[in-house]
Amino acid sequence: MENVVEVQNLTKIYDSLVAVDHINFNVEKGEIFGFLGPNGAGKTTTTRMLTGIIRPNEGNAKILGYDIQKEPLKAKQNIGVVPETSNAYVDLSAWQNMMLMAELYGIPKKEAVKRAEKFLERLGLYERQNSKVKGFSKGMKQRLILCMALINDPILIFLDEPTSGLDVQSSRVIRDILLEFPKEGKTIFLTTHNMDEANHLCDRVAIINHGKIAAIDRPATLKNMIKRLNSVEISFDSIIKTETLSEIPYIRNITKEGDKFIISTEDVDNLIHSLADFAESRKLKIINLNTMAPSLEEVFIKLTRET
Amino acid sequence: MYTQFLDQLKRSLGVTKKDIRIYYFKGPVISFGLLMPLFLFLAFLIGSRNLSTDFLISGLIGMTLFFTATAVSPIIAPWEAQLQTLERLISAPISVATLIFGDMLASLIFGIGISLVPLIIGLFIGINVIYPIILISGIILAGVCFSSLGLLLSTPPTNAPSNIMMISSLVRFPVVFISGIFIPLGNMSFWGKIVASLSPLTYFADLTRYCIGGTSYYSILFDFMALITFTVLFFVLAVKLHQRTIYKRL
Repeated sequence: MENVVEVQNLTKIYDSLVAVDHINFNVEKGEIFGFLGPNGAGKTTTTRMLTGIIRPNEGNAKILGYDIQKEPLKAKQNIGVVPETSNAYVDLSAWQNMMLMAELYGIPKKEAVKRAEKFLERLGLYERQNSKVKGFSKGMKQRLILCMALINDPILIFLDEPTSGLDVQSSRVIRDILLEFPKEGKTIFLTTHNMDEANHLCDRVAIINHGKIAAIDRPATLKNMIKRLNSVEISFDSIIKTETLSEIPYIRNITKEGDKFIISTEDVDNLIHSLADFAESRKLKIINLNTMAPSLEEVFIKLTRET
Repeated sequence: MYTQFLDQLKRSLGVTKKDIRIYYFKGPVISFGLLMPLFLFLAFLIGSRNLSTDFLISGLIGMTLFFTATAVSPIIAPWEAQLQTLERLISAPISVATLIFGDMLASLIFGIGISLVPLIIGLFIGINVIYPIILISGIILAGVCFSSLGLLLSTPPTNAPSNIMMISSLVRFPVVFISGIFIPLGNMSFWGKIVASLSPLTYFADLTRYCIGGTSYYSILFDFMALITFTVLFFVLAVKLHQRTIYKRL
């Protein structure tokens, strides 16, 4: 598989703080690569080094085969960047922002107009194309930033918290578009806090903490890394007291969440049989019964606590 | 190499257009560009009534070009760093030289546009431009020179435009007073002439007086050579220093 991002010993030091500490990883062509970590872990610093916005103190990064330090113009020509904070020019209109980006990427006018119309339409901004960005909501600004990042038809797109703080509709539009990219052979480097987003979108994720990579793998594989008790979620058609359930064998712990009980156990099979016997003996109907696997969030919390 | 140079040159026009739309094409900026040198000039005029109109108008053109070309260019970098739009520009496939050249072009266009106003006023009140081609060439060259100086002033890696404005004012005002705008170079003391020779505005003012009044302190060739030297020095220094400091703004 071809690597579109190759990172070797990348390091960034601010005064005495090591923000990113000799990290190594590759991103394969066509994948959605999630970059997760708590606040201050080094996510944004890494993204900024990979996009040539700041310079590393040590190590190197190859973007689409070009060293971002030695050949920055070639490396940047085919990437799109959606930074953490909206940075469209608020005194320009959406259309002027798009055309500015087209000029900076050397896109011929005719092609730029075609692409700008297509992306503004797709992201629901076509009607507001001549409005100044200062009147846009946060969601609209973020959608415009994504449009601007796509004007050069990039092969690789860096997105830093693209849906952070957005309304549900804007988040959904952005996520839907992101899911289309791998089908077009584009690669996404997605920095996010949102575990659910990473779980649903990413082919692989890297978890960074204190500037070091704690783990890199597929979300499903990472979840299996955690040895934990399995859980069963159950709800009945009548109100049951927690103490009553605790008489059932194979239960290690019970927590009540709304009308549901979350029961942890070392033996899922026997617990389910016991729960079924319990329901039958008390003439109860089981409304809902689920076995629960560890979430990516749990993996994240465990790994970021360990490192 | 040549293709890449042309390609980058073309991209710098995008930066120029953006600057003009955002920073220059605004009523208050244009008014400030016109009024600031005009008020300085009027203050001077009241104090010295025995100088010829040719001398005064050529001084006003010099002062206007200098003030306008160095007015906005110093604050663009800190302003954009503060608004985080500089990050957008840095992430694009353009070099720092392209970015600086684009900023310089915008400042040049603004400077030339505003400088035409005192020139037209001068023509209305009866001054005679003896060497118009030399004057136009001088205005363009000095515009590039002063714009580059403005960009050089913005190299300290601060994101507070007020800090840059302070540095800029500390340089711009003394330059106007030492450059033979208000006192003819020939009337200056030896040390006055030495200090004046360190200012690019001296050579532009001298060149303008030659084109309007027919007399100059230095030869025209020397004025041009001095302006070219200052232009290259300011532009190269601005690019080199921005290459060093621009990443510290982010």
